[in-house]
Parts: sequence; C-alpha cells; structure tokens
Amino acid sequence: MLVTQSLYFAYSSDTEFHFPDISLQEGDNLLVLGQSGVGKTTLLHLIAGLLQPKSGNIELRGTVIHELSSGKLDRFRGRNIGLVFQRPHFVQALSLRENLSLVQYLAGKPHDKMRINEVLKSLGIEGKGENKPYSLSQGEQQRAAIALAVINSPQLILADEPTSSLDDTNCTKVTTLLKEQAAETGAQLVIITHDQRLKDQFENTLSL
Amino acid sequence: MNIFQLSYRNMISRPLSTTLSLVLLILGVGMIALLLQMNRHVQEQMTNNIRGIDMVVGAKGSPLQLILSAVFHIDVPTGNISLHDAEQLRQNGLVDFGIPLSYGDSYEGYRILGTSHQYTELYSAEVASGRLWEEHFEVTLGAVAAVSLNLKVGDTFAGAHGLVAGGEIHEDQSYHVVGILNHTNSVVDQLILTATESVWEVHHHEEEEEAAAEETEGESGELHSEAHQEEHHDANDEEREITAMLINFRSPIGMVQIPRMVNEDTNMQAAVPVYEISRLFSLMGVGIDTLNTIALVIMAVSGFSVFISLFSALKDRRYEMALMRTYGANRWQLVWLVLQEGLLLTLLGFLFGIVFSRLGLWLVSGLMESSYHYEFSGWTLLAEEAWLLISALAIGFLASILPAIYIFRINISKTLANA
Repeated sequence: MLVTQSLYFAYSSDTEFHFPDISLQEGDNLLVLGQSGVGKTTLLHLIAGLLQPKSGNIELRGTVIHELSSGKLDRFRGRNIGLVFQRPHFVQALSLRENLSLVQYLAGKPHDKMRINEVLKSLGIEGKGENKPYSLSQGEQQRAAIALAVINSPQLILADEPTSSLDDTNCTKVTTLLKEQAAETGAQLVIITHDQRLKDQFENTLSL
Repeated sequence: MNIFQLSYRNMISRPLSTTLSLVLLILGVGMIALLLQMNRHVQEQMTNNIRGIDMVVGAKGSPLQLILSAVFHIDVPTGNISLHDAEQLRQNGLVDFGIPLSYGDSYEGYRILGTSHQYTELYSAEVASGRLWEEHFEVTLGAVAAVSLNLKVGDTFAGAHGLVAGGEIHEDQSYHVVGILNHTNSVVDQLILTATESVWEVHHHEEEEEAAAEETEGESGELHSEAHQEEHHDANDEEREITAMLINFRSPIGMVQIPRMVNEDTNMQAAVPVYEISRLFSLMGVGIDTLNTIALVIMAVSGFSVFISLFSALKDRRYEMALMRTYGANRWQLVWLVLQEGLLLTLLGFLFGIVFSRLGLWLVSGLMESSYHYEFSGWTLLAEEAWLLISALAIGFLASILPAIYIFRINISKTLANA
C-alpha cells in the first residue's frame, strides 16, 4: 500500500507545492487530475523517489522511500516501481527485447526470457522484440514503454501523462492495458494527467 | 544484458565517431610501438655485433664508415692497409688478438670475407654442417646466407667482383662450399667466409688478366700495365694488403693509448665501435624523437576524439541515462558504463595498434633483409609497450572522466521533466 502524508516540495520560494494526502490499498488505482503547473509531475517524482520532499512522508509497503540512501533508493525503485512517461523513451542502441533484459538486470533480477515473452505477448507486441524501439509506430512505442514499466512486476506503476499524445481509441487502449497489467501483478496504478478523457475510467480521482 | 555489453553496444551504435577514434589511436600507438621495436632491434643487433671488438683499424677515412663496413658489413670499405703494418700492431703487448678482414668479392649481394678462424669464435659461431675453410677457395657460409643463396656443402659458385650484386664474375675461379655455420643472430649469418689468401689470389689473378688486356690496348694502358706488373713481381708478404683488422685489447689501457697512437703515428685509421655507434644513435635520435613527438600528438588527439565522441553521445543520451536511473541503475553503474566505453575503445585501439606495429616491423624487416641483409626477429612485447598500454588506458580514462562526472551529477527529475 501507498501512503503519503503532508507532502511539501519547493523549487524556490515562488514555486512551492503542498500536496493532499494519498492512501491507497492494494489493488486500488488512482487518477490524479490537474492542469499544467499544479505540480503533477513533481508529485509523481516525489512518489518515485526521484525528488526528495522538503517535508512530509512517503511510504510504500512499509518502506519510507525518502529515507533510503541514494544507491538503495535506486535499487528499491528498480524493483518496486514501474514508470511510464508521456513520451516513450528507450536505450537507443538496444532492441526492445534487450531493453527489457537490461531493465531486469538493472533491478538486480535474473534474465528471465519467459517473463519478457509473457509481457510482450500480453501487450500485443510479441513480434516486435527484435526491433529497435524507435523504429516502432507511436502506439507500439507506448506499449513498449509499458512493457519496460511492468517487466519487473512492480508493486506500484506510476504513469505521467501516458495518453496526452494519443487519439481516443489508443487512449482507451492504453489505460485498459495499464489497468490490466497492474491487475495481473497485483500492483497499484497511479496515473497523473490533465487528460479529462480518463476521468470516467477510474473510481478514485484526486484533483490538484 | 549487462553494463559491459551495453558499453559495447553503445560504442558500435556510433560507427563513424568510433572508427575515427580507433583510427587515431591505432596510428598513435602503432607508430610508437613500431619505433620502440625498431629501436630495440637495431640496438640489439648493433651491440651484439660489436661485442669483443674494442677497436677497428683500416685505411684513413670516415671512422663511422670504417665501423659500418668492417663490423656491420653494410658500407663500402675505406680502402686497404698494409698487412705488415697491421701485423706490427697486433704484436703490441696491449693487444690481445687481431682478426684480419679482406674484401673483394661478393656472391649475389652476399659479401665474401677473407679472414681467420678466429672471426667465427668472436661471434661464437659453430659449424652446423661440414667444416671451416682450410684450403684456398674453400668457403663456410653463414646460416642466413646459406638459406638465401640456396647453397649446401659440396656446391660451388663463382664470386663477382665488388660488394654489390652485378659485378664482373670471376668465372675461372670458383669457390667451394665446405661448411655452413649455425644461426648466431649476428653479422656472421649474412657472410660467406673464406681464407684471406683466397681473396688475395682472386685479385692477383685478375690483375694479371687486366694487365694483359691493357697491354693490347696500346699506349694509354702502358703505364698502368707496367705498374701492375711491378706489383706483381715483388708480391711478397710485406706488400700484401688487407681491408681492416678487428682488435681486442688485453686491458683498458690499450683503449686509451692505441687508438691515438695509430691515428697519429701510422697511415692507418683506428676507430672505436662503441663511440661511433653512440654517435650514430645520437644522430638518429633526432629523427626518432621527432617521430615520437608526432605519435604522441596523434595519441593526444585520439584521446580528444574519444572525449568528443563520448560527450556528444551523452548529450543525446541524457534522457536514456535518467531512464536507466529510474529503472534501478545507480550512479556508479552509469559512471562505469561511460568509463568502460572509453577504456574499451582505447584498449581496442591499443591492440590494433600493436598488430599494426608488428605488421610494419615485418615490412621493414623484409626491406632491411633485402637491402642490408639484416633481419629482425623476436616478436616479444617490450616493457615500454606495457607503459604504452597504461598510457593508452590513461588517455581513455581521462577522456571519459568528464562525461562520467556529468552522468554522476545528472538530475533525473529535471532531465525527465524537460524531455
């Protein structure tokens, strides 16, 4: 479960953010809605441990994230959190399959070919494993990015504007895929977006 | 997929800049290694060939020429000296032994040297097959000469006048091969050894013929022929000539006294191999230093090229690095990723450079052997080349340290947000 308490972050005295508390039970999904500049990405980065909060508390499955040392935090993030970004990014020099294998390696997990096949298949891109990710179509790239996020069966999937550049059909597809993947591994899903189309697809929403 | 594999994949994903860096490294490392090897081979050959020779006496002229001709057998002799004078010097109490050398002929570019058996002892050459020369016109071949000339014990051949191939051939006077020496890695390998008397006899005979020919030519040849005939009639030991004599002293005092004495009191010239060789090296040194500097500059440029290549790639891959951090890579793994790429590049450059230098050495060796009958052997790694490896890796390390620091300090959140 994910719990945040009185999170506060400031880039400078002008741009500071106080975030509402979040408490998610296992299997819960959350949609965080807000316009640009309200600190959506900041909140996501705080939860992922990419930013240190000025004050407040973040706890994932009993681990207080911001208290971990840099190296341990990297390892914890690799094993427990999967991130999906607005625009998909990959390691250019590697094929999609190799990208997935690298992500397994970075999290300290053994190379698991079965898992890679399984993930590629469940996302409908099993034929694209040997391609360089940047040669895929946009929709395929977004799915490949989801594959990277879920390959290590994380406990928390964080998605930052995963649908903003997609048309309606693909938008629904991607959110469905994210929900499916989260359900499959028993992960909690947090999507942060300004995309109002997603509103109806989630029970829990939080407006910033 | 691990960090090392990723370093490698990153390297080959930029073939053009990687090739540029590699080519520069190969040039730099290859040139330095080639110079080191050639320097070692030349020095080794030279010191190997002058051991036991404290002084060389020959006709007046350039001392370096005397050494090059009488010790290394690569230059033309300065002239002849009287055997009588040389023998007198040999009787000097400070002289341990003196070995006479007489030139005159060659066979297909290999020099026929008239000398005493002591010459083979000087280079500790052993007879591999057959025996040493005894009678006139018997020859014993050096190991390399035997192979190149394709001669074996029992064969005969006719020498050509002069020291380069293509001289007039003494068809009526043929040499008889009686033995072949073992491989000594010294000048003996490249020589055809015979008795001093053989050389005298060939040219004696030749003079007679020449004299006869000139007589028929009429007035112009008259004077010459007379002179020749005179020489001829009085030919005795006192008038005998040799080309040079190799001298070994009993004590270091000889080294101090004799060369000066010879140069001041006789019409012969004394040259000390050790001095002349160090003079030669200091002359060559300027050229070698220049080439070395050029090679070092190329290596520095290659380091710069590795740096540019890594750094510009990193600018493009900033997001990739941040991405890897979010997937669990720690700072040190990414630093190692970049360092490894730089080191891998320079290591490859070093290895190819060494191969390149050996290829160059092989070519130079072939060239040297055909024109000077010198061969390079022993393809060992030098201690200096270990230093070259360390410098190459240091260049790789220095070139990747800035990109690595950049990676270490990358702000993941900011990089991701700005993407």
